[in-house]
Amino acid sequence: MVVRFKLQIIQEILLAEKQRSFNDVVLIFGAILSANSNFMILSIQDVVKIYGNYTAVNHVSFDVPKGAVFGLLGPNGAGKTSLIRMITTITAPDSGQILLDGVRLNSYSPDQIGYMPEERGLYKKMKVGEHLLYLAQLKGMTQHQAFNATNQWFEKFQIGDWWNKKVEDLSKGMQQKIQFIATVVHQPKLLILDEPFTGLDPINTTLIKDEIRQLNEAGISIIFSTHRMEQVEEMCDHIVLINKGRNVLCGEVSSIKNQYKDNLFRIEFAGNAPENIPDRFVLKNREPQALTFQLDHDDQSNELIRQMLQTGVRVVKFEEILPTFNEIFIRTVNE
Amino acid sequence: MSKLGIIVKREYLSRVTKRSFIIGTLMAPLGFLIYMLVIVGLTKYESGGELKVALLDESGMVNQLPDGKGIRFIQAGTKSLEQLKSEVTAKQLDGIVQVPKLSSLQSKTLTIFYYSDNKLAPEKSSMIEQKIAKRIREGKAGAMSQECPSINLARIETLDTKVSIDPESINGKDDNDSKYTAGVGLAVGGIMAFIMMFMVMMYGQMVMRSVMEEKTNRIVEVMMSSVRPFELMLGKILGAGGVGLTQVLIWIFLGGGITLLLPFIMGGVDPSSMQAPMTPGDVPMPDAEQMEGEGLRLMAELGKQNWMMLGTAFVIFFLGGYFIYASLFAAIGSAMGDDMGESQSLVLPIMIPILLATYIVAFAGVRNPHSGLMIAASMFPLTSPIVMPFRMAFFNLREDWWQLALSLIIVVASAWFFVWLSGRIYRVGILLYVKKVSFKEIGKWMFYKG
Repeated sequence: MVVRFKLQIIQEILLAEKQRSFNDVVLIFGAILSANSNFMILSIQDVVKIYGNYTAVNHVSFDVPKGAVFGLLGPNGAGKTSLIRMITTITAPDSGQILLDGVRLNSYSPDQIGYMPEERGLYKKMKVGEHLLYLAQLKGMTQHQAFNATNQWFEKFQIGDWWNKKVEDLSKGMQQKIQFIATVVHQPKLLILDEPFTGLDPINTTLIKDEIRQLNEAGISIIFSTHRMEQVEEMCDHIVLINKGRNVLCGEVSSIKNQYKDNLFRIEFAGNAPENIPDRFVLKNREPQALTFQLDHDDQSNELIRQMLQTGVRVVKFEEILPTFNEIFIRTVNE
Repeated sequence: MSKLGIIVKREYLSRVTKRSFIIGTLMAPLGFLIYMLVIVGLTKYESGGELKVALLDESGMVNQLPDGKGIRFIQAGTKSLEQLKSEVTAKQLDGIVQVPKLSSLQSKTLTIFYYSDNKLAPEKSSMIEQKIAKRIREGKAGAMSQECPSINLARIETLDTKVSIDPESINGKDDNDSKYTAGVGLAVGGIMAFIMMFMVMMYGQMVMRSVMEEKTNRIVEVMMSSVRPFELMLGKILGAGGVGLTQVLIWIFLGGGITLLLPFIMGGVDPSSMQAPMTPGDVPMPDAEQMEGEGLRLMAELGKQNWMMLGTAFVIFFLGGYFIYASLFAAIGSAMGDDMGESQSLVLPIMIPILLATYIVAFAGVRNPHSGLMIAASMFPLTSPIVMPFRMAFFNLREDWWQLALSLIIVVASAWFFVWLSGRIYRVGILLYVKKVSFKEIGKWMFYKG
């Protein structure tokens, strides 16, 4: 399996790089040696970016697994945009390196990435169809390929009659749809979406969410930059949390939640509250129909429910309370 | 097609297919045509209608004057000045010209009087003066020939000799300058300098506006994730430059057509009335044969210009100047925020050398195209694209070829340098949204790493 991946990488590099230099050869071998990268669409390795006296990104490392929906989180000014601009080759790191699909970023990398920036826009005077053709060609597609790909999206969104409309004649929401098509029309390996749902109404939000899921199911890796935590929980399976230019938290969503949980269990019951509440565990919260306990370890949950049953109360619901990402975010950033 | 090619194609086509470009390009020569017609109309137009002026001749030399210039002369006959004045009051006449008797035939001055309640237009008054002076001259000549029969007007007129300078170069073989050389040089050089200034300003600013638009539209970050900033900037400069060249070519084509049509448009105009405002003196009109000769000499002078050299150098200077200024305008455009108002303070330093070059040509160049100031300005790359094409029209290529060559090398190298420099500013500025940018700040951007 690993060998097959390596071969694929070499093949891709040989096909993509028309002019190979010694540098590229080193690069190819580097790619082969870093076995890890075979399963990573993106690998950020000790990256630093400094603007003047200001260190925007300070020795950040993390990996984005292939096929992941990856949340890039952080408060405003944390360095998310600086990081994205390096991934999209708009700027280059001052030190460290970034591998896209095991290959160090090069002039062919932008064609494999679809990027929807937070600050986004289109040429207002251009016709929708021409505009999408233009952007697709700038991503390395031939005119013919660009035409077919654009047409497919027009059919999918049932907007065939928009082809000759000027962008400025479309509503804000319609423009966002076009912007989304422009981001994905060239079939990128990696999609980077910076606050993708701002300015979208609930209907279009759902539509774009479904599209993102479908693209993800088709194998496209997605980096999702946001500070809307409910979206992170809904969409992402992996996250990295950046604060003040540093990587402060990184990993799978489920394991991070486990890591940050306080072993809180909530028992909901019917009827009156029991008179003798088990005192082995700390009672954290009392509601008329529910009690929340803090356990020393989560493997004590059976013990808790056994004791509860002994009080004679009828239990209707028993659940572990996991921290929301909002709480994790605030806790980590404030630490 | 390379990404740069795709950008150039879009930048070019999106402008050329714009309705405003098509209308503007077609209307400009039409506007010029209308302007020409208005000028022609104005020279034919006789202000204030025809004046009826009585001629009261007391000198006995004037008799009848030919009408013209909107004045009809009427013989006063036996009427006295008082009678005529009452006719003016009664609006039967517009004015009276009274020519008093000469104190003696030797007197060199004569004051004549014009009685009217309305002012006489300067053009009409000088015409009356000239016509009467001519009659007095004839009268004096007549009196002289009575004293001494061998003197007559024809002989007196031989005293007037028309002298004109025909410059001849000493070492030149075919550089036989004529009296037209300077004039033709001025016209050719002036037109080239003007086109240069116009195109650099217009299309340079077009690039700037387009850069600003991309920034305020927020499309630029989308673009930056597909192409390098330098490619986008260069694509824009090339695209807009192509539009400029297209426009000039269309104008040359249309201009050629208009020039061919011009004789038909001017057909109805009396050539003497065209000539009159420019030569108010009573210079006799050259006869047709002489005119033909002058025309041939003018053509010969135009033919003497080294058009191959002029054309090639002009194109290089045009491209060099355009690249220098368009890239500077692009850099400034990238540095600006959403506030269009502050743009002026950043644009001004770029406009100054353009205006300076134009002033140098207009004031120093016209007096001496090869003065020290002109030589310096034709080397300095920010002024040379305007100043050197003007100087080229006066060039003695055999001696001054090194100046032209040096200037060309400097302008091409500078174009290269300024495009590179602006690229460094552009790539930073285009992604920054700052309230107010200083030149110090822009200076720092040049040294940022990629």
